[in-house]
Amino acid sequence: MDQPLYQFIVIPLVKIVVILGVLSLIVAYLTFFERKVLAYIQVRLGPNRVGPRGWLQPVADALKLLVKEDLVPGGAQKFVFMLAPALIIVPAFLVFAVIPFGPATRLFGLLPEAIPPYLTDVNIALLFVLGISSIGVYGIILGGWASNNKFSLMGALRSGAQMISYEVPMGFAIISVLLMAGSLSLVKIVEAQQSSHLWFIFPGLLGFGIYFICGVAETNRNPFDLPEAESELVAGFHTEYSGMKFAFFFLAEYTNMLVVSSLATVLFLGGWLRPFPNVAWLGFLGIVPPFVWFALKVAGFIFVYLWFRGTFPRYRFDQLMHVGWKWLLPLSLANVLLVGLIVLLVKG
Amino acid sequence: MQQYIPIVVFTLVAILFPIIALLLAKVIRAGSPDPVKAEPYECGVKAPTTAFDTRFSIRFYLIAVLFVVFDVETIFLFPWAVMFEKLAVFGFIEMVVFLAILVVGYVYAWKRGALEWA
Repeated sequence: MDQPLYQFIVIPLVKIVVILGVLSLIVAYLTFFERKVLAYIQVRLGPNRVGPRGWLQPVADALKLLVKEDLVPGGAQKFVFMLAPALIIVPAFLVFAVIPFGPATRLFGLLPEAIPPYLTDVNIALLFVLGISSIGVYGIILGGWASNNKFSLMGALRSGAQMISYEVPMGFAIISVLLMAGSLSLVKIVEAQQSSHLWFIFPGLLGFGIYFICGVAETNRNPFDLPEAESELVAGFHTEYSGMKFAFFFLAEYTNMLVVSSLATVLFLGGWLRPFPNVAWLGFLGIVPPFVWFALKVAGFIFVYLWFRGTFPRYRFDQLMHVGWKWLLPLSLANVLLVGLIVLLVKG
Repeated sequence: MQQYIPIVVFTLVAILFPIIALLLAKVIRAGSPDPVKAEPYECGVKAPTTAFDTRFSIRFYLIAVLFVVFDVETIFLFPWAVMFEKLAVFGFIEMVVFLAILVVGYVYAWKRGALEWA
């Protein structure tokens, strides 16, 4: 077989299929997991009718969404109305092109040579992630506007304002990681945490807190789920959506949760590294494969997301703006200078 | 540039995903169109007006302008942060000056009430 074709088309295609397949499966079961966790928080059982202990619930949901009637409001902008869900789901998936799930592996000797389990590593990976994930806000604004419904429009505007407000402190929090890592490549950032003997959460605790709060706000989740605020806006920007198009908004929300959790893992919790990567007497932790460490950390973040939803009341919109612009922004700016100072003193 | 090829392939596959799903749904979904179903959602009454010409608070616009200012600032900080170890003390002082100028603008916006939402 032609070598470049094999290297650039066949291997990536296999990886893409695996990534997309696993991703869809995880997202589908994430919805199930969320309902179960919320149920147990509220001392209920949660979905338990479809299949053993409710395990087939996501399959039933998917089938239902697929065969549901697809309503388009009479006064809607038809093309934009259809484009919006695609605009939000494609960027959410695209981010996973550069997320490093683990180091190059031979899959316990099954492969002739070591192959990295992530799709590709580019030297601007972090900029790529930030840029691509910002496209999602277009999907929300266009979807809300094209619906020709005042609830949708208000939800879309709120969502847009919220997402751009929290993007600024998030950017600053990420810059504090760059100061420590000195690279935009996500693989190099993980390797930098190996060579500096500690996860970046320890010098970057403040940055980590800001990043995760902004991440929750960016994904429109509790306690920042104002765009959908059921009590006042019905369902926010996707009020008029039904069937498969609604499913895209739904999928995108959960995929974005995975994106924020994966990025938090890579930037602050050492990606695929075990705890205290260079402490010799903890070497027995190396029995657990790197990929599993990555998955465990992401799962931890996802659980915190659900925990938030189960326990926090919703913010008011003025409070949301107050927190974003008057607290997180100055704090994240100060954090950049603080981390810069620490890096200067340590590496000086 | 070779490591970007998989991203291009991924983009194409990712764009195919919603197209295929929507086409599949179009084939198998139920459908019984009705003029009442095509009305915009409203609780019990006819929607009074179209939403496209609804007026909304000027503050959304203000937030967007502030976002542009501060997001451009983060873009300036990215290359600086990547080269931080080489720039060392000089780069650090430079960035303190840069940020100080921006903080002046931030304080001004705050004092003029641009960050209030009431």
